[in-house]
Amino acid sequence: MAAVAQVRGVTVSFGTHRVLDGVDLDLHAGEVLALVGPNGTGKSTLLAVVAGDLTPESGSVTVHGRPLGDWRLQALARERAVLTQEQRISFPFPVRDVVEMGRAPWRGRPEEDLDDLEVAAAMQTTEVEHLAGRAFGSLSGGEKGRASFARVLAQQTGILMLDEPTAALDIGHQETLLATARQRALAGAAVLVVLHDLTLAAAHADRMVLLEEGRVAASGSPREVLDAAVLTRVYRHPVEVVAHPRTGDPIVLADRTDAARPVDVLTQEDPC
Amino acid sequence: MLAVGLVVALLVSAGSGQLPIPADEVLGSVLHRLGLDWLPMPAHPRGDDTLWTVRFPRVAMAALVGAALAVAGALMQGVFGNPLAEPSIVGVSSGAAVAAATVIVFGLTFAGDWTVAVAAFVGGLTTTLLVYALARSGGRTEVVTLVLTGIAVNAVAGALLALLMFLGDTQAREQIVFWQLGSLNGSRWPYVAVVAPFAVAGIVLALASARSLDLLALGERPARHLGVHVERLRIGLIVVVALLTAAAVSFCGIVAFVGLVVPHLVRMVTGPGHRLVLPACLLAGSLVLVVADLAARTLVAYSDLPLGMLTSLVGGPFFFWLLWRTRRTSGGWS
Repeated sequence: MAAVAQVRGVTVSFGTHRVLDGVDLDLHAGEVLALVGPNGTGKSTLLAVVAGDLTPESGSVTVHGRPLGDWRLQALARERAVLTQEQRISFPFPVRDVVEMGRAPWRGRPEEDLDDLEVAAAMQTTEVEHLAGRAFGSLSGGEKGRASFARVLAQQTGILMLDEPTAALDIGHQETLLATARQRALAGAAVLVVLHDLTLAAAHADRMVLLEEGRVAASGSPREVLDAAVLTRVYRHPVEVVAHPRTGDPIVLADRTDAARPVDVLTQEDPC
Repeated sequence: MLAVGLVVALLVSAGSGQLPIPADEVLGSVLHRLGLDWLPMPAHPRGDDTLWTVRFPRVAMAALVGAALAVAGALMQGVFGNPLAEPSIVGVSSGAAVAAATVIVFGLTFAGDWTVAVAAFVGGLTTTLLVYALARSGGRTEVVTLVLTGIAVNAVAGALLALLMFLGDTQAREQIVFWQLGSLNGSRWPYVAVVAPFAVAGIVLALASARSLDLLALGERPARHLGVHVERLRIGLIVVVALLTAAAVSFCGIVAFVGLVVPHLVRMVTGPGHRLVLPACLLAGSLVLVVADLAARTLVAYSDLPLGMLTSLVGGPFFFWLLWRTRRTSGGWS
């Protein structure tokens, strides 16, 4: 199966700090790929590189086999949609207008006729219809997240990139959001999602990539990647992986028993 | 409604002055020139002449300058995603003032009667481009860097202006001061003909980028993800702002606060969408300046108050009221 987005040997530094170090990544149509790892290991940076916001020092990124630099932004915007970690707005646009902005790349094309339908459908899926007239800036963090996700869905692209989309959401909306992403994948889309909750990632992702200090530490199915020993090393904290009593899905837990805390792990923790 | 208000203001303003002419006679004069004999011609023997050589160019200039300044202000706020931005941030006004003062102090006349205007226009435009070039690094411009660079350049321009006033004689000083106060006195058709193409071109370009400005409200990255060439849009619109402002400022000096207050007022009525805000600013800006100029000419008999002083005098307290109201009602700007 050909990858819709392909990352090869990508390296990015901020000043002297190397954030990504020779990362490879393949994103396929029809899959949900979860990007996990501790804070500051380059997950969001990698997403920004694939989205075309950051040009890596070395390495290449292609979308549908074409290097990112060769894409016209408008055309690229019809192929991939991005949900950034923070959502802000400079003027008090109502939520409906914000969701409609997701249709901008389709202006002047036949798909433009579907604008109202897509906007309505996206708002229904994300349960933000009752917020349609409210100013985006006045919403709570979770509501902003859902309204922005609606905008991303309305963009109707074959590639979805979501940076911690569940961060401000309650457990119900977390599940709905990831289930929606999964439905898009079943319909043929490729979904790249940065997640912190490993159990959540395991439940919804087809494949996982675990980053450790700018390098890929492990990749494969959730059961392959979620290895207690590897996670304990990468997260510098004792981690247990247990199987769900009914489904057998991996559940990741911080090991809170004192006996499980080896001294060397504690001393390795970041002093600041 | 704005359009109707503007037409009424234009007619009343054109009819007011040392030689009063009723609005129906003003309209009659205009229609007559268009070949329609519907309404009465001005009754006064010099009425028609006064209208066409003095009043109409001045009123037309007021409308043009008002539209240019208000649209420039709305663009600036959209480009920076900040409701406090105004054209002077990137140094248009101060650059124009320095160039105009230089010409006045050294008595330069390389372009005859037009010298001050040409210098002001070039000064405003080059200062803006200088600010932009200084703020740019690695092909990107951060808004905060741009604003801080603007502050630095504005400070230097202020110092240069002070130096020029120190160097100049009493007459030059007086001329500089009055230039900075702003006035539409002495507007003639040729001036209108020069400002009009810049204003029209700038406004057309502004209207064409309304949708992209809406997307830019989401932030740079999301706007890019939706297909907007953020950097290209930004430099393009800053040049448009500089053109609009420099064209407005070059013939009538500095008219403050129109670019800041009018877009705010308009947004309260139309909402934040630029497809509505920009055309509404065009009309509202014209209306405000035509009325302000009418007041400048008629408040004190036989004298022409400085227009820029008047707009600041009214605009300042009004802006404060806006701030106070916004803080009280919604707790912030977004």
